[in-house]
Amino acid sequence: VNDRVDMAEQRRARLKIFMGYAAGVGKTYQMLSEAQELRSKGCDVVVGYFEPHSRKDTIDKASGLEFIPRKKVSYRGGAFEEMDTDAILGRQPHFAVVDEFPHTNVPGSERAKRWEDVQALLDAGINVLTTMNIQHLESLNDQVWHLTGIRVRETIPDWVVQQADAVVMIDLTPRALLHRLERGVVYGREKAERAMQNFFRESTLVALRELALRQAAHEVEHRIVQDASTAAAADGRAKDHAQHRILVHVTADPQTAMLIRRAKRVSDFLGAECFALVVEKTTDLAHLPQPEREAIGRHLNFARNLHLETRVLEGEDSASILVDFARRNEITQIFLARPRVRKWLPLFYPSLVQKVAAIAKDMQIVIVSGRGNPAKY
Amino acid sequence: MPTERRRKTPEELLRECQAEERAAVKKGHLKIFLGYASGVGKSFRMLDEARRRRERGQDVLVGAIQPQVPPEVEALLRKLEVIPLKQVDGGLAIDVDSILKRRPVVCFIDGLAYNNPPGLRHATRWQDVQDLLDAGIKVVGSINIQYIAELRDQVQEITGKKITETVPVAFIRSADEIEIVDAPPEEPIERTPQEQLDAKRREHQLSKLRELALVLAADVVDHELQRYLDEHGIQQHLGAQERLLVCITPRANVQDMFDSARVIAERFHGELIAAYVNQTNISPEDRESLEQKLAVARSAGAQIEILEGEDPVAAILDFARSRGITQLFIGHSQRSGIGARLWGNPVDKLIEKSAGMDVRIFPQ
Repeated sequence: VNDRVDMAEQRRARLKIFMGYAAGVGKTYQMLSEAQELRSKGCDVVVGYFEPHSRKDTIDKASGLEFIPRKKVSYRGGAFEEMDTDAILGRQPHFAVVDEFPHTNVPGSERAKRWEDVQALLDAGINVLTTMNIQHLESLNDQVWHLTGIRVRETIPDWVVQQADAVVMIDLTPRALLHRLERGVVYGREKAERAMQNFFRESTLVALRELALRQAAHEVEHRIVQDASTAAAADGRAKDHAQHRILVHVTADPQTAMLIRRAKRVSDFLGAECFALVVEKTTDLAHLPQPEREAIGRHLNFARNLHLETRVLEGEDSASILVDFARRNEITQIFLARPRVRKWLPLFYPSLVQKVAAIAKDMQIVIVSGRGNPAKY
Repeated sequence: MPTERRRKTPEELLRECQAEERAAVKKGHLKIFLGYASGVGKSFRMLDEARRRRERGQDVLVGAIQPQVPPEVEALLRKLEVIPLKQVDGGLAIDVDSILKRRPVVCFIDGLAYNNPPGLRHATRWQDVQDLLDAGIKVVGSINIQYIAELRDQVQEITGKKITETVPVAFIRSADEIEIVDAPPEEPIERTPQEQLDAKRREHQLSKLRELALVLAADVVDHELQRYLDEHGIQQHLGAQERLLVCITPRANVQDMFDSARVIAERFHGELIAAYVNQTNISPEDRESLEQKLAVARSAGAQIEILEGEDPVAAILDFARSRGITQLFIGHSQRSGIGARLWGNPVDKLIEKSAGMDVRIFPQ
């Protein structure tokens, strides 16, 4: 029993994420309230980065807290301000408040992403409180596009969020949020009007909110399952082997990003291992035209970013090589993209899906489909 | 999502009628603050909304407060008009008559899950609230997930506590707005190992309750979204909910499909449906095998749908579209070789026509 407590004590600093479904639900406000509470209990708290958005309530909440001045960065003649991670590391507070977790730093910064800066703070033993919206979670990118018609570019890999010690859902009903917008609390009047025509339509907000609630429930469930297996391992019980192993077929097809996301999401949900596999005539892809070669490279990078193991195999017959790899690696599920061609010619040109289905009747095959075009209201 | 022209299903027609009825008899508006434990700050969040409304000039009244309130809530209450609970035969109840007479625009009820003392018009407080709503008063109320009637067994399993005062989930679902209060404070205090273990255990309990609350809130939001889409005549499934459809055939190996479907449905908090297409010339052996498969479906907790149609693939796809299915589960085709190549097999046909859904093919 003592061992487990020691393990818990040795682990690194805590990360807490205040998660919302839109700007203006009150994430930063809640985070600052908590920072104030920690300060009043005598904790050493600093604000590493704070985006006031000229919201009066939020600015008031920050008063009295110690701010670490931002770092000035120049890029292409423009002046930018970023979080001064080194200064926070030098100051070594017990807690750091860092707004806007998914932010991308100006090129030339030491780290490309703010979540990487936060990682550095955690590694140095500094507890971090941070904020983000559900739209920025990598695995939800396609769903968010489907719901809103907006392709979110600044994303955070799911494993980064999953390692947080707490994800708190900051909730507000869409109606209340729209009232705030109308009253000009969130943005200035003009920007508010534009926002309400786009992202802030009521139905979009309702759908995003449902997404956020389900994701939050999933995060909770994920932690319960993980805690249970950690406890089992600590008690010397047999470790729960991942029952499923998932294989994703990576090609130059633009659908591949969606395919990887979906497979990764399912494998996260099932606690399964996930592999990404390219099958081409040559492993250096030299035979391919440049755009295709680059697309495959991008997709492999993307898969690695999401912590998938990637392989490139050589061969002509993709279907049999995929299935062969699957058999040798005890894969239980193969993820393939839905074939693009509308008219099938089964006699002469069986598609990859048909070929794989014909020879892998002992495995689960998942044919992944885009969820259609973005919603129109 | 496809919005192609097709005949509406009876379910869709029913929903449309309900949407119209709702619009016609719309009475008071109900908003609920849902928390997963005491101490997460429901009362404060709710009464802070009362304060803000009052400051904006709205006619606000508090109709029920908790027996014990923390200082920050007491400070809020000093700024608000309160009609106290009335004492009846050793119990407390909302003073419905006084509230109706006073007729505020918005009435705040802190704590919806209380039983009324015997002898009153209603046995429970949420029914009193229904009277206020019927009178056209907007009600904002708070409740802890532990007091939802349908979750009583689950909550008892998690907490070991027996709950006697509950509110039916249908009442929560009828809310126009629901807001979840989900902010456990950070605990900076260093603790002894024993305290840490106790905290861990409590955290585990709270996590489970929190999950229940989040899923319930998501369900309410899903209904709200569906209502919105129905009212605007949009035939589209937009929710974030996964809906799984397992296709049953007499020869299918359904055990694996349902084992997998159940896990996925649980993890995604999704809906699980099983369907088979009725066939007239079915042999007695197949009939019996089908019955066994339906029994497996039932024990996996699936809703069962029996479909009609000449073309089984079309029947499945029509149904899947009408229900916004996101994942379709089928068995590998039995046909192979030249026959399958010449005539195509049903699995291929299903894949070809199921744009917008994932198809998961299972070993037989």
